[in-house]
Amino acid sequence: MRLSRRTSLLKRGLALVAALAATIAAGDPAKAQEKVLRAVLHADVRVLDPIWTTQTIANIHGMLVYDTLFGNDADMQPKPQMVDTYDVTEDKLVYTFTLRDKLKFHDGSPVTTTDVIASLERWGKKDGVGQRLFAFIDKLEAVDGKTFRMTMKKPYGMVLESLGKTNSSVAVIMRAQDAATDPQQQVKEAIGSGPFKFAKEQWVPGSKAVYLKNADYAPRASSEKAESFAGSKFPGVDRLELVWISDPQTAMSALINGEIDFYENPTPDFYPILEKAKGVKLMPTGKLDSTHGMIRLNHLHPPFNNVKARQAMYYLINQENFLRAIVGDPKYYRICHGLITCGSPLGNDGGSQWFKEYNPKKALQLLKEAGYNGEPITVLAATDHNTITPATQVLIQAMREAGINVDAQSMDWGSVVSRRAKKETPAQGGWHIFVTTTGGVGSANPVLHTWIGAACDKGLFGWPCDAEIEKLRNDYAFALKDEEKKKIARDLQERALDQVVYIPFGQWNAMLAYRADRLDGIVPNTGLVVLWNITKK
Amino acid sequence: MTAYILRRLLATIPVMVVVAVFVFFLLRMAPGDPAAIIAGEDATAEQIAAVRGKLGLDRPIFEQFVVWIAGMLQGDFGTSIFSNLPVSRLILQRLEPTVSLTLSTLLVAVCLAVPLGVLAAWSARRLVDRLVMGFAVMGFAMPVFLVGYVLMYVFAVKLGWLPVQGYRPLAEGVGPWAECLILPSLALGITYMALITRITRASMLEVLAQDYIRTADSKGLSTNRVLLLHALKNASVPIVTVIGIGIALLISGVVITETVFNIPGLGRLTVDAVLKRDYPIVQGLIIVFAAAKVLVNLIIDISYVFLDPRIRY
Repeated sequence: MRLSRRTSLLKRGLALVAALAATIAAGDPAKAQEKVLRAVLHADVRVLDPIWTTQTIANIHGMLVYDTLFGNDADMQPKPQMVDTYDVTEDKLVYTFTLRDKLKFHDGSPVTTTDVIASLERWGKKDGVGQRLFAFIDKLEAVDGKTFRMTMKKPYGMVLESLGKTNSSVAVIMRAQDAATDPQQQVKEAIGSGPFKFAKEQWVPGSKAVYLKNADYAPRASSEKAESFAGSKFPGVDRLELVWISDPQTAMSALINGEIDFYENPTPDFYPILEKAKGVKLMPTGKLDSTHGMIRLNHLHPPFNNVKARQAMYYLINQENFLRAIVGDPKYYRICHGLITCGSPLGNDGGSQWFKEYNPKKALQLLKEAGYNGEPITVLAATDHNTITPATQVLIQAMREAGINVDAQSMDWGSVVSRRAKKETPAQGGWHIFVTTTGGVGSANPVLHTWIGAACDKGLFGWPCDAEIEKLRNDYAFALKDEEKKKIARDLQERALDQVVYIPFGQWNAMLAYRADRLDGIVPNTGLVVLWNITKK
Repeated sequence: MTAYILRRLLATIPVMVVVAVFVFFLLRMAPGDPAAIIAGEDATAEQIAAVRGKLGLDRPIFEQFVVWIAGMLQGDFGTSIFSNLPVSRLILQRLEPTVSLTLSTLLVAVCLAVPLGVLAAWSARRLVDRLVMGFAVMGFAMPVFLVGYVLMYVFAVKLGWLPVQGYRPLAEGVGPWAECLILPSLALGITYMALITRITRASMLEVLAQDYIRTADSKGLSTNRVLLLHALKNASVPIVTVIGIGIALLISGVVITETVFNIPGLGRLTVDAVLKRDYPIVQGLIIVFAAAKVLVNLIIDISYVFLDPRIRY
């Protein structure tokens, strides 16, 4: 009797274990059918507020969760996104915008003009392009819940481009209560009206950020082709996981092995391997080259406070040397002597005569004529960046070849970022030279291209100071005709190269890699990677 | 014994205080500015200063230290500068992968290294000994990341037997959990195995030369009994000490292994936080690592009592 009870208990126990094992093995059927896109981007999502920081990754996150009034297409032409219709008076002073129907935040509340105005005002306090736009706005007011009006002080040529820009600090629309947050502080919630909802409880900073399909997202008509930030966008998968793999070798192997579906920025060294990998495809991120290399000189301290010394540095530049060290294969890079992105509508050859000759001896001779007496030149040498590190090494080599006394200070990129903000003399912890890169989209527009500016103390590190450059950038913002814009862009580039706001060392187009055997519908975009409209086979 | 444990636990307090002070001030003295990283590439010096002000990073260092210590005393590790999430939550999220990796490595290394060391000592100066010692030298010489990439290439990319990267929690099943840990444990364990193998061999050789081993042999005891019961037990104190010291090695190895195999553990959290200058996370992690090290040392010291009856506290 006792034995049979034991046997019965044993049988029940075994059945329970078997059932449990079967359940585990089968998994959740709903989960099994779920379409999951696993993507590795250039960085991990650590900041949820795309206005608080200009970090590209925060903006990619922002564009998944939030929506924008306008979105620029591949030719950087703004197209309505949340806006249904808009009207501009003939004198270009009054813009009236009406929102589309059915726009809803992820918490179910409708998107109203109160949210829009609060969001734009916060953006206008923080972002450089927003600040410029708001400097010319006289009034921003709601007409009703769906319509709002923007009245300008004078006709400004970049209203729609600013609202639809696709590089950093995009003008995303938040709930009014979130937009009320001080722009110098981070919003606490990531609730927008974009195609994906952020799953904050599943977020592991430094490892994984999870986004779930926003089933309530009301896309534009499917007849409007998706292109960059414009057109009909929709969440193509049920779940999007941004997996952070910091090691490029591991990320590449994971893509080849099928553990991830999408890899935003494989290093150029791996392109040949990925080109041969089964099921994997490489594609350019967008129409424009993605990256533009820059050598920044500090205009505050000798010898580079003298324009002649800055111009002498042009004789150390052979772009081919830089690009071969960074990218390698010429099919992925382009010699570009301009400061405005080559290949963009405003790209031109103004000022390119500076790059005719690579001549280190002449560089030293001109530096001496400008008062250089062999003092150490402090170069901030990043040691951990896949493009900036080799570019800095090429520059240091050229400077040494010329006989310049180089004080190369090696440090991680995080230290470069903090040290370049110091205005002290190099001997007191400042610097003379650092190398960096900027995005091809921003550099294609004289107003968005902040590195071409010369706003003295208010400008970017290096602090070039030239009233003529600032005037030309301002003129561009008010130019209404294409011919006029092109002429200003050329004049600006010539002046900026004469003053050496920075020295370009070429441009290249980063490739993204993805599992072509699994994914369809990738929307190319230079700048922020687009992750909507991607479907899984 | 209880009094000894209490004394040792109390002695950890000044150790932790010293660690806390050092970590805090060393981090502040290191170059780098989280505000510049947060503000981003296109931020001006003014914008960076504004972010720094809002984060309280422009306050006097002593004031920042007092605020942090006051929080620590109440069990509050602070908040990440970047993600705005509590440091304790971030550490807890990452604890399971690191503990899993460390324990699996420990298990693999000890289970393989001790028998290898015993075998080498038993067949001293013969071929087996030379092979085992050759392996130990190679294990020491090869960097963890190199072993990791080779294992990954062979077993994941080429053969497709195991995943390249990632971690699956134990809650998702023992199979997937173990699958993710095999390659990282082997990569991380090789140096550790080499260390334990060498110490086991050396310690065993010393014991095997003792008179009581000769006596045990002449009594006609089997080789296994002599080796395992008489020799290994008496050789175990230095072995256990090295296992304990090796845990510090493991912690540093975990940082590299987790990066190579993309395991979201404490090692990767440390590297990311250091690179981003996320001070509260780095401070919290070093306190946790220091506490773990102190605890391991304590456990090792207590284990001596059971291994060698002559030791009394």
